This record gives sequence, C-alpha cells and structure tokens, in this order.
Amino acid sequence: MSNDFTARNIPDRLTTHGQRTLKSWETLLVIIAVMVFVVNALSSPYFLNPWNLSDATFNFTEKAMIAFAMAMLIVSGEIDLSVAAIVALASTAMGFMMQAGFGTPILVATGLTVGVLCGAFNGVLVTRLGLPSIVVTIGTMSLFRGISYIVLGDKAYTGYPSDFAFFGQGYVWWVISFELVLFVIFALIYAVILHKTNLGRAVYAIGNNPIGAKFSGIRVERIKFILFLLTGLMSGVAAVCLTSRLGSTRPSIAFGWELEIVTMVVLGGVNILGGSGTIPGVVLAALIMGMVTFGFGLLNVPGIVMSIFIGLLLIAVIALPRLWSMARASRARRKA
Amino acid sequence: MRILKKLLTTAAVAATLMISPAQAQETKRIALVVKALGIGFFEAAAKGAEEAAEELGDVEIIYTGPTDTTAEGQIEVINSLIAQNVDAIAVSANDTDALVPTLKKAMDRGITVISWDSGVAKEGRQMHLNPSSNPLIGNMIIKLAADNLPDGGDVAVLSATTTSTNQNTWIEEMNKVMGNYPGINVVATVYGDDKADKSYTEAQGLMKSYPDLKAIIAPTSVGIVAAAQAVTDAGKAGEINVTGLGLPSEMAGHVDSGASKSFAIWNPIDLGYSATMIAYNLATDKASAEAGAEIPMGRMGSVTLDENTEGAMADPFVYDASNVADFKDIF
Repeated sequence: MSNDFTARNIPDRLTTHGQRTLKSWETLLVIIAVMVFVVNALSSPYFLNPWNLSDATFNFTEKAMIAFAMAMLIVSGEIDLSVAAIVALASTAMGFMMQAGFGTPILVATGLTVGVLCGAFNGVLVTRLGLPSIVVTIGTMSLFRGISYIVLGDKAYTGYPSDFAFFGQGYVWWVISFELVLFVIFALIYAVILHKTNLGRAVYAIGNNPIGAKFSGIRVERIKFILFLLTGLMSGVAAVCLTSRLGSTRPSIAFGWELEIVTMVVLGGVNILGGSGTIPGVVLAALIMGMVTFGFGLLNVPGIVMSIFIGLLLIAVIALPRLWSMARASRARRKA
Repeated sequence: MRILKKLLTTAAVAATLMISPAQAQETKRIALVVKALGIGFFEAAAKGAEEAAEELGDVEIIYTGPTDTTAEGQIEVINSLIAQNVDAIAVSANDTDALVPTLKKAMDRGITVISWDSGVAKEGRQMHLNPSSNPLIGNMIIKLAADNLPDGGDVAVLSATTTSTNQNTWIEEMNKVMGNYPGINVVATVYGDDKADKSYTEAQGLMKSYPDLKAIIAPTSVGIVAAAQAVTDAGKAGEINVTGLGLPSEMAGHVDSGASKSFAIWNPIDLGYSATMIAYNLATDKASAEAGAEIPMGRMGSVTLDENTEGAMADPFVYDASNVADFKDIF
C-alpha cells in the first residue's frame, strides 16, 4: 500500500492500490483476448487465415480510433455521445463536396474539418456554458444526424472518386490495410499523449478532482475543450475511413456506434466516472470485441447472441475487480 | 504496450504458419443474408430457402443477418461469409450502394452473389430477383376487384400520395390492361397520403360520392387497412370489397369480417425458395446471369433477366379466407 502520493504522483486509479490493479486489469484483458483467439482458432478452420483476419480488423478499426479520444474524454470526467452523429454529418459534408466536384484531398479536409467543428460546438456548450456533457451530446447527437437527414432524406451520395477508396479499402503491405496502420499509429499517439505528457497527467488530475486540478493551476476548461476537439477530429477521421470503405453516404451511416465505442472504452478499463484508464486497455478491448464479433460470425451465430456476449463480458469485467476488492475487504475484516 | 506487441506477434506468427484450410466440400453452402434477424418476413423467406435446400439435396443454407438494419452490420456478416468461403450469397440489402465494395470482393473470390427483395447496385451482384414486376402488380390489383364482380360495376382507387412513384406506376399499368376487364369502371382515384386517418376519411368520401361503389382498390398497405376499417364502420362489409396490396397480419381481421374478400402481396416463402434456387443454379454453373438469360427456379418456373440483369419472380401472391390465417403470424 503506497499512500505517499505527492502532487506529481497522482494515482491512475481511484482505488489506492493503483499499480497492482492496473496491471491485473490489463492482464485480465490479455487473458480474455488470448482465450477468444484460441477458442476461435479451434472452433473455425477459417479463423487463422491472414486475409480473413485482415478482413476482421475492419470490424473495429474505425470505432477504436474514436474510442482512443473518447477514453481521454471519459478519463477527464466528460463523455461525448454524439460521435456517431458527427461521423454521419462529416460523411454527408464530404458527399456534398464530392457532388460539387471536389477531389480527394478536399474531401478528406472537409471530413476532418466538420469533425473538429462539431467537437468545438460540443466543447463550447460544455466548457463555456457549463452544461453537463451527457445532456449536451445527447442533444447534438440528434442535431448532427438530423442535419444529415434533412440534406439527404432517403437519398444517398455515391460515386466517390476512385482514389478516395484507398482510405477504407486500400492495403499498405500484403494483408496490412491502411485502416489497420492508422489504428496502430493513433494507438501509439494517444498512448503517448495520455501516459507520457503533461496534458495526459492533467487529464487524470481533472478526472480525479476537477476543483483540485483547477487550484493546482491546470486550465481545466481549456483542456476539456481540447479533448472535445480531439474526439470530433477522430470522428472525422473515422468518417473518412468508413465513407471510403462503403463508397457511399446515407444519413443512417454509423448508426448506434456511440454505444459500441463507449462499451469498448469501459471494457478497456476506463472508469466511466473518470479519473482512471489506459490506452493499451482500450486497444485490447477493441481487439477482443473485434475477434468476438468475427469469431461468432464465422460460426454464423446470430448477432443478438453476440450482443448478449459483449454485454455479459462488459458486466463481468466491471464486476470482477469490485467483487475482488469486496472479497479482500471481508477477509481483512475477519482478520481484524 | 509490450503485452499488445506480444499478442500481435503471436497472432502474426500463428497466421503465417497456418495454411488455408483445403476446400473439399461436397455440399453447396448458400448464405441467405437478410436486412435484420427476427423479422417475420425474412424468417418466412428462410423457410422457403430450407424448402429449396431439401429439394436440391446437396445444399446447406446459412441464414444470417445483422441485429439491426444497417449496412455496416451486413458488411460484417458478409465478410465472415467470405472468410468461410461459402458458395453463394443471396442478400436483401440495407443499402443499394454501401454493400458494393464488399460484394465485389466476394465475387472476386469466386462466390456467386445475387440480391433479392431489396437490391444491390448492378456492379455489386450478378443478378437481382424482384418479388414481382410493375405490370404484374398493375394487372393483379384490378383482377382481384374484377374476380369478385362477375357483372361488372364501379370501383375506385385509394392510393398513397400523388407523388408516390410505386403506386403511380402500378395504377398506370392497371389502366393499360383495363380493356381486359369489361364492365369494370374506375370512377375515381383519391389519395390518402399513406396516413391512416386521411385514408380513412378519403374512403368515407368515396362511399358517399359513389353510392353504387362495389370495390375499393388500395395498392398500399396503409390505405387498404384504413379503407377496410371505413367500410366496416359504415356497415357495408360484404357490400363493398376492399382489395389491393396489404400485409396478412394487418388484413386477417378484415378478411374474417368480409370487408376484404382477397388481397395480394409477395409471398416471402416463395421469394426465399426462388433466391436459393437461382443462387444454386448460378453457383453450379447450370445457368449464367446475363441479360436475356432464363434461370430455372424449381417449382416457381423460371426468371428471365432484363438488360439490368434483374428479373421478376411471379404474380403477387393472393391471400383470402383460405390462407390468410396461416400467414398472419409471419408478416
């Protein structure tokens, strides 16, 4: 038990035995991931095929990219439920520009810009007006997707330029898709930001105690605003990838993703109340969810069973440490 | 990160060591991909597919689909089917265009791809099976009215909106074949905007304006129910026959009460059966999907493809007192 935290040594977790739990949490995820991998490999002869595994990565890469930014936002004690709607709006904007005759570079720039603008809109409402982020982003979730519906109705934008297809359908080398490379790069970037920079430390500080963080000289509102911008930006990146992969835009694009993304983040060990969590955890959660979906798909298990499994996994992963600490506490009481 | 790296390395090593499993299947595996699981219409189509599989003998049906009607969900399902190297994919698409890249990939890997019910853009499939065609529907709706009027009489049309492409086309096709039904006069066409209350009021108006009205034709599932209700409420069930296109689940009561003698809609069982037959014939090279080609569909006859490699299965299926009870739980 180390209770000698100084100002520079803020715990990664709300629980006091920080380091050890952190380790065991990720170990738990690794064990689950390996188990899922082995079970999949044993139960389907098609699983261990490089091309099939490569196809399977598309099940999670786009969502995971948003999940990295979402993880930081949730660690800081806020949440953004409008991410899927931002994807829809960014995709619609790209389709609009495509119809106006612009080429791939402008389309990508449009997607990213719309993402950032949506993030900024959320950020202003939360940090300037002091509104709760869960309410604000439930509102903007309807707002952003609503705009897409007004623009598109039951129509679709199709006919994206052929070089635009690279982002969602291109391969960098052999079975390694562009999206997978992007996923790894963003995983590294976000891991460095959250775990190795002052910004990252500040995010943990804000999540643990926003008032304390403010009195320590951290510009809480500004950092939260940056986090909303990042979440918007990553939604824009995902919009580029997904639109490119589908080759079309419909207002229902990425429908329901916000819940899958939040599930990924929480499964990755990020405390939904803020203050703790790691990027490697989120990476592992993304891999687990992707492999479970693909493995069940190979066995033609109906999707609803997958949802049940993911739900149970989520509850189990959250409940286990709590049960563990309860068991420890009762043992300690008995000793005393 | 170290743990992750290790995991990825293990995965990569395992994947490289692995040789793709040999494909030595005798049975043809045909995947029926639907918009979403748990929808009565598609469960019925799956029943039809199983029927075709039984008839063919060497076919295994994989009935699958996402949990909600999204293109992304269908792409995940199709990716896993490609990975299993199935012989054919027959899909009712959630999105005409979004599935194209994935389905192209499937075709590149030698998988037969067709769409049915809800189509995929031409470049993403080998052929598309429509449940019926506009001329067949146009003829069917007037035939249903005429069959119950041996001495002729006045009929009226209750459509959706003035701008509904489907309904307008069907009414146009109906007008083309009016000559085949002498004695039947279409006295009015009114629009209920596919809203229950407006359709109900319009049907009431028709009964007031045309006291000799013998039948109301509603080629819309909203209109037909509202018209049947209006006729029942006016105490004219059995006097005025409400017919057109409707769903058995919504119409069963009105068939029982006599407000509707018969109505039509595609039969999902036949649709699943035909799609499976076509997929089988294409996958076994017994037929090819090109413009003008004729593809056999077992007990459903055969389908002829037009220049867009689309084909129509059959006349809409007629539901009346003899069979509506069997279908009302399906869709």
